[in-house]
Formats: sequence, structure tokens, C-alpha cells
Amino acid sequence: MTDSMLQSKIPAGPIADKWDNYKADMKLVNPNNKRKFKVLVVGSGLAGSSAAATLAELGYDVEVFTFHDSPRRAHSIAAQGGINAAKNYRGDGDSIHRLFYDTIKGGDFRAREGNVHRLAQVSVNIIDQMVAQGVPFAREYGGLLDTRSFGGSQLQRTFYARGQTGQQLLLGAYQQLARQIGIGGVKLWNRVELVDVVNIDGRCAGIVTRDLVNGEIRSHSGHAVVLATGGYGNAFFLSTNAMMCNVTAAWRAHRKGAYFANPCYTQIHPTCIPQADDTQSKLTLMSESLRNDGRVWVPLNVGDNRPAAEIPEAERDYYLERLYPSFGNLAPRDISSRAAKRAVDSGRGVGPLKNGVYLDFSAAIARLGKDVVKERYGNLFDMYERITGENPYDIPMRIYPASHYTMGGLWVDYELMTTIPGLYAAGEANFSDHGANRLGASALMQGLADGYFVLPYTIGNYLAPMLNKPVPGVDHEAFKTAENDGRARFQGFLDIRGKRSPDWFHRELGKIIWDRCGMERTAEGLQQALTDIPALYDEFKTDLRVTGNGASLNQTLEKAGRVDDFFQLGMLMCRDALERNESAGGHFRAEYQDDEGEAARDDENFAHVAAWEFTGDPMQSNRHKEELEFETIHLAKRSYK
Amino acid sequence: MSHHLENLTLKIWRQSAPADGGHFESYRIDSISDEASFLEMLDVLNEKLIDEGLEAITFDHDCREGICGTCSLMIDGQAHGPQRGTATCQLHMRTFKSGDEIVVEPWRATAFPIVKDLMVDRSPLDRIVEAGGYITATTGGAPDANIIPIPKPVADAAMDAAECIGCGACVAACPNGAANLFTAAKVSHLNLLPQGQAERWSRVEAMVETMDEHFGSCTNHGECEAACPKSISLDFIALMHKDYRRAKVKNRKLISQI
Ligand SMILES: Cc1cc2nc3c(=O)[nH]c(=O)nc-3n(C[C@H](O)[C@H](O)[C@H](O)COP(=O)(O)OP(=O)(O)OC[C@H]3O[C@@H](n4cnc5c(N)ncnc54)[C@H](O)[C@@H]3O)c2cc1C
Ligand code: SF4
Ligand code: FES
Repeated sequence: MTDSMLQSKIPAGPIADKWDNYKADMKLVNPNNKRKFKVLVVGSGLAGSSAAATLAELGYDVEVFTFHDSPRRAHSIAAQGGINAAKNYRGDGDSIHRLFYDTIKGGDFRAREGNVHRLAQVSVNIIDQMVAQGVPFAREYGGLLDTRSFGGSQLQRTFYARGQTGQQLLLGAYQQLARQIGIGGVKLWNRVELVDVVNIDGRCAGIVTRDLVNGEIRSHSGHAVVLATGGYGNAFFLSTNAMMCNVTAAWRAHRKGAYFANPCYTQIHPTCIPQADDTQSKLTLMSESLRNDGRVWVPLNVGDNRPAAEIPEAERDYYLERLYPSFGNLAPRDISSRAAKRAVDSGRGVGPLKNGVYLDFSAAIARLGKDVVKERYGNLFDMYERITGENPYDIPMRIYPASHYTMGGLWVDYELMTTIPGLYAAGEANFSDHGANRLGASALMQGLADGYFVLPYTIGNYLAPMLNKPVPGVDHEAFKTAENDGRARFQGFLDIRGKRSPDWFHRELGKIIWDRCGMERTAEGLQQALTDIPALYDEFKTDLRVTGNGASLNQTLEKAGRVDDFFQLGMLMCRDALERNESAGGHFRAEYQDDEGEAARDDENFAHVAAWEFTGDPMQSNRHKEELEFETIHLAKRSYK
Repeated sequence: MSHHLENLTLKIWRQSAPADGGHFESYRIDSISDEASFLEMLDVLNEKLIDEGLEAITFDHDCREGICGTCSLMIDGQAHGPQRGTATCQLHMRTFKSGDEIVVEPWRATAFPIVKDLMVDRSPLDRIVEAGGYITATTGGAPDANIIPIPKPVADAAMDAAECIGCGACVAACPNGAANLFTAAKVSHLNLLPQGQAERWSRVEAMVETMDEHFGSCTNHGECEAACPKSISLDFIALMHKDYRRAKVKNRKLISQI
């Protein structure tokens, strides 16, 4: 049964009418009254920038917080491949319903129908909005927008801007935000990090931040707070996320009462450049769009050490085409990743460390010519060459799966409100739309949907009844307590004076999580992790070394706080994975697979969202359930054969 | 297989605060894999410093994929180092050899005060965008995306300009500390597109004038293009100047009509 705290608030009516029904019934704030409400938006990625700019355009008093020096540097900038929308410009049979269906199926039937349908509906508005703002999407010779296909879909619904779609979309949203900053609609706090969330009288009253340049701890009060702070893929240490991505904002909110949903749903992306050595600090994604024209293979025989070009066709195993004939190289991410792991585990890995599989463009180059391939993927090929020193026009790329995206995140209802009234979560920071696995090109869509087309409506519904009622200011004792806690926490890291750096702990923690809670999980491995992580965490608390001080810019100290939160999250990820006795999407429990080695769901017992309540220690958190109701779509085995 | 570089000497700029004098400090480092990136080499050095109880070197970085524009190092006097079209984070140690001495400094420009060590404040670049680097299109009212076809060459040219990552290497490389390449990239991206026409003249005026408030003036050295990790073309500067002159004429005309 669904826990009473976890009411999804899905509006009544047929699936296609729910969002319209919501908008027809919601409370409104009169344009002249909007400036009386202060909304604090933490994060300036696609979700944060779009929300902040739109709220400011509507007239709300908005403040934006980012730890970056400029809002334009949020991690969204790194997205390469594209953004989905049900425009059906190709006339290939796309529709809102189909995008809705594909997303639910892609998520292995672990997402909420109402939210996902709304996402598919507003997807079409996103493309219109971004084009109006000057995003230079790829075009065909006739001048109309070009699209391509992406993993998990048989349609061409993905819009793109060379291999830099995230950059161009974020610049679009950032420019709109910059306009608001310039005309005074938004106040920007850069190089500032959220360190706590403050609740007063049962609602979120504001946040506490730390100025990274001078260490100043400071409170900010508001009528509503939006966390658009991205995902927690860096819990694995090595991931495709930017170095600064972290879980701190979401985790601090969790500690203050926001339930954390499905932390074990993490996405391992199939096409990343394999690790080259021990000093590696992050992994680089090779966009999934490459799988449109690249063919994935490994040698048929173990021990075949010949260079790729010398291995004849008959002695290659194009395993995705063999196992999944209808989707082939475009099989969804979780499936492709596991297949790559199995190929490498079987001893057929390629490259100096035998830790990759080939992604081969020779057939595409022969078919389309080098120029066309260059036009489509030139910058990705260049990037690959810079990193590996190998030229992918001549030698096949080597790829291997890496942590990339996190479907789990703060639990939110249909209005994107967390279990703390007045605290919202948007973009990758929430858990809302992708179930147990996200389809390619759907994160950008969700971030912009949340920021442009959902939050600006739902926040008004919350604020309207608060008109002219005073809210607590920063002199309230709850803020003072949180400030003191924040100061003490950072001083505490400095005072340990142990021997190991935050990075050392992060690397060790990441190894445990990757081995035990990565692509394949077992009850035994997870139990081991739940012994090992707390033990390492105890060491962290006594043996951490942070040099420098707290009153000037100190990246070691920043990192200490982030690693502290990753430790706590890591425990919750493993507990969540252990409790979910089924395989679904990115969560693959070796004990639960069918005869062909595919994920075996247990719809009877696990067709629910697991949302965790913090009780003081992540090893003791309480697990709550939101049952998922499927009214429109029939639960089916997810097959891509 | 990877090889290791030995006996590297790093001369690194250390400065504890904006007002502080700052100085070079020498560090020796060994056993660096040639597969490592330049920033991973600095990570190794920082771990070593922490081991020795010393404060780590502050430097800006994030994506490490050459797209966020956060990394910003002067390496041996060159913005983003010796490899053309490559941001610092994409530079790999295979570009160097054992025994090398490498000098690492922050961006040096009047408009970019040093925050600490190798980190500078580049927010004047944001001021330029805030002044006009956008298309006013408030959320919700946009027409269908395919209503205005945009010829592919136009869209491609806009994209060539839009690829700028806002790193500021062009400013650091310029003897005058000018931000013309950055500003031109931004102006051109929007001024080339049909959607950008309505604000074309006011945009270029506002952006150029804000640029002039913060940065030095361009005397056509061309160092910026050579340092730019995205190889943004100098042609965009010509386009910006042309638009700026036309804007002045156009606006004067408008004024005389009142
Ligand atoms: C390499 C790569 C390629 C990708 N490619 C694609 C793609 O092709 N298509 C697709 O759909 N998706 C893609 N994704 C996923 C997608 O890019 C992200 O999920 C999405 O951009 C997240 O956006 P966001 O707005 O939620 O968060 P982010 O863009 O991560 O922004 C987070 C913001 O929060 C701020 N912040 C975080 N914590 C704090 C704090 N404590 N205090 C203050 N500020 C804070 C940061 O400064 C930043 O501004 C890709 C991801 C990666 C890693
Ligand atoms: S023009 Fe080039 S060097 Fe200048 S900010 Fe843009 S990307 Fe950097
Ligand atoms: S760290 Fe992002 S461009 Fe170098």
C-alpha cells in the first residue's frame, strides 16, 4: 500500500487530459502579486536556468545559486547526443502516446504514468522554445530541422546540434537567464554552495550556503526553494559526470526530511572510453548517437590478439546484432552495457588492458563516405583521438560502460514537490520520469520540461494561498542553528588532521560501489558493501586530512564535504539495491534473471517506488512505498529482441 | 601500452588571495603516465602536496572534456598549452617528455583578477552576455519550430560561432586583453539567425559597448584565434565590426526620424 506521505497527486481524468485538468484547476497568483514571492533556485543547469528565467519572466523575485563561476558551466553543457521530442516531423509514426509508451517501457515499467505522459506532451513545446531562443539545431538542406534515432527507439525523434546538444541548449537557457540577471529579474550567487536546507513550521523556509571564495556561511529565506542540482553518478568516483557533480544538495535536503527515491537506479552508459590507468580522474562518454552508424563487436575467440583489421568477418562477434536483431546496435543502455560486460568478462575484451569492446565505423565509412561520417561525428572522433592517441577513422574505437546518469533522486509528486512542503526538485536531482532506466536524449528533455513547462505552473499553486502572509526571515533561530551546524561541520573536517586526502577516500569508496552496486549486483556483494562502506566511513571520520583553511578558497575542503555525503548515499544505494529483490532496468540482480540472462522483474512485489526516510543514520533509514498504478499501459516483459 | 614520464619540473604560480603578491614555486614530479591528462598530472601533484601536509594548488576545472570552458591554464606561456584547438583538460602528457620544465600560470588579464593560485574571475564575460547576448523569447509563446526554415549553411555558420566555450583563452592570449573573439562569437551566433534579426542592432551595440567597458581594445594581433580551443574564426570579429558600424548608422537614422 502507498505510504500516506507519498501521495503522488496525479490529477483525475484520462491520461491525455490530466495535465490540462491540473492547469484548469490550479490556483493562480495575480501578475502584480508575483513579485511578493521569493523563489530560491539552486542549480543553473537546464532545469535550474529554465525554471529561474521563466519564473522571473512571470514576475517572481528569483535568486539563483551555483557553485560554478558562471551559470553556463553547469554539467548539462556536456551532453552530446540530443534531445527527444514527439514532433513527428519525419512522419515516421511518432506521437505523444508513443514517446510516453517508449519512456515507460524503457524505464522497465517503474515510472509513474501521469508524470511521463506530461513529459511527452510538453516535449514538443521545448523544441519550439529552444529554436525561438536561437539554438542552432542541425538542419536539412531544405532548412527544416533534422532528427536522428537513439537507443531504445525505432523512430527518429532526436533533435541535435552537432555533438554538442547539451551545450547549445544550456547556452539557450543561460542566455535567457542572463537577460533576467541583466534586467534585475534574477539575482545570481555564483561560486556558492548549498550546505543546508531550513524548515520552519513544516515548510521549507530557505537554505544555508557557503561562499567558496571566502568560506562565509550565510542564510537565505524564501517562499519556495527549487533544487535543480543534478545527479549523483560521481558516487562511483569514475563516471562521465563533470568532476564537481555531487549529491550534497539533495542529500542535505534528504537529511532534513525529503525522502530519497530509488537510489539504486543508476545508469551505466555503454559507450565510454575505457580506463587507461590508475590516475584516471573521470571517464569520457562517446555519444550514444555513434551507435547509429558504429557496429559493436569483439573477437569470436578468447585470446585473439590480432589487430582489429586483421580479424576476418567470420571471426568477429557482433553480439548486439546477434542477440537483439530488431534493435541491434541501438539496444537500450542497460542491455548494451551488460552485454559488453559479459563480452569482456568472457575474456574477449580488446585494447591493451583487455577492458573494452570495439565500436567500428568501417562499414559506415564504406557506405556513406568519410565526409558524411565526419560531418556527423567529427568532433567526437577528434575528442577520442585526443584522449587515446588513436584515430577512429582507421582503427575501431574501444568502448566500455561507465556510470553516467542517476534515475534515482529526491522523491517528488506530480507537482515536483518533495516530501518537504515548498521544496521542489527538478531535472536529474529528482527521481520522477525515467523509472529504472533512462532512454537516451530524454534527460535534456526532462530537465527543460521541468523548468520551463511544469514548475512555473505548480509553484504558483503552492504560493497562491501564502499571499501577504509573512514568512520567517534569516534571523529566525532555525537559520542560526543551521549556520552554526554548517560552520562546525567544515571546521570538523579541518580538525581531523589524519593522513588521507578526500580524493583517496572517494576513490576507495567508488571502487566498492562500482564492484558491488554497479552493473551487476548480488545479495552477498551488497551485504559485503554494507560492511565495507561503514568501515571506510569510520576511517574517513578519523583519518581525513584537509590542508589549508576554511576562510579562503579551499577545494580540498569542498571535496571533503562532498565525499562525506557520498559515503552516506553509498550506504543507501546498497540498501535500496539489497531490498529490491528483482531486476529492473539499470538495477540488475544476478539472482533475478530469466533463462536468456535478461532482467526478471517481480511486478507482484516490486511495482513500487522505494522512498527512503532519513532517521539519523543511513544504515537505519526507513523504506516507504509508493505503489505504481498502470491504468493505460499494460505491464509487459521488456523485449528488444 | 602506456609509458611514464620522469623528472618533470613544474614551475607553478601560487597566490593566496587577490591582493597578495604571488610567486612561482617549483615542484618535481616523477612517474606520470603518458596516458594521463595534464590536469590528472596536477591531481597527482596535489595528492603529493596533501601527503606532505601542504595546501593543494587551486585551479579551475570541471567537465574535463573540453566543453564547459572552466579549465584555464597558461602552460609555457600559451593559453591552454601547446596543442592547437585543445583546452587544457584535453591536453595529455604524451605531449611532454621526461625532464621537461613546465611553467604553469593563471590567465593574465586586467579584466580577470586572480582569485587564488591558478584560478581567475572571468565574470566580465557574463556581463557581456547579460547586456544583449540573447534573443528575447519569453517561455510559452514560441511558434512551431519548423515555421521558419533556416538554410543549412546559415545554421552551420551560427553553430560555428556558438561553439565558443567561454573559457577566456582569447583574452588571456591577447596582448591587449581584448575580448573581441568571445564577443564576436556570441554576437554572430545570434545575428546570423533569422530569429535574431529583431534585436540585431541593439544587441551588437550593447554587447560591444559592455565589452569595451571591461576589456582592452583589439589591434588585430590574431593571437586569440590561435589560442582558441574551438578554433573560432577571426572572420566573426569582422562580422561584429561590420554590424556595429551599421548599427550606429541605423540607430542614428531612427533617432533622426523621431
Ligand atoms: C557526458 C554526458 C552526456 C550526456 N548526454 C546527454 C544527451 O545527449 N541527451 C540527454 O538527454 N542527456 C544527456 N546527459 C544527461 C544530462 O546531461 C543531464 O542529466 C542533465 O543535463 C542534468 O541537468 P540538470 O539541470 O538536472 O543538472 P546539471 O546540469 O548537472 O546542473 C546542476 C547545477 O546545480 C548546481 N549545484 C549542484 N549542487 C549544488 C550545491 N550544493 N550548491 C549550489 N549549486 C549546486 C551546479 O552548479 C549546476 O549549476 C548526458 C550526461 C553526461 C554526463
Ligand atoms: S572565443 Fe575561443 S578562446 Fe575565446 S572564450 Fe570562446 S572558446 Fe574560449
Ligand atoms: S574542464 Fe571543461 S573545458 Fe576543460
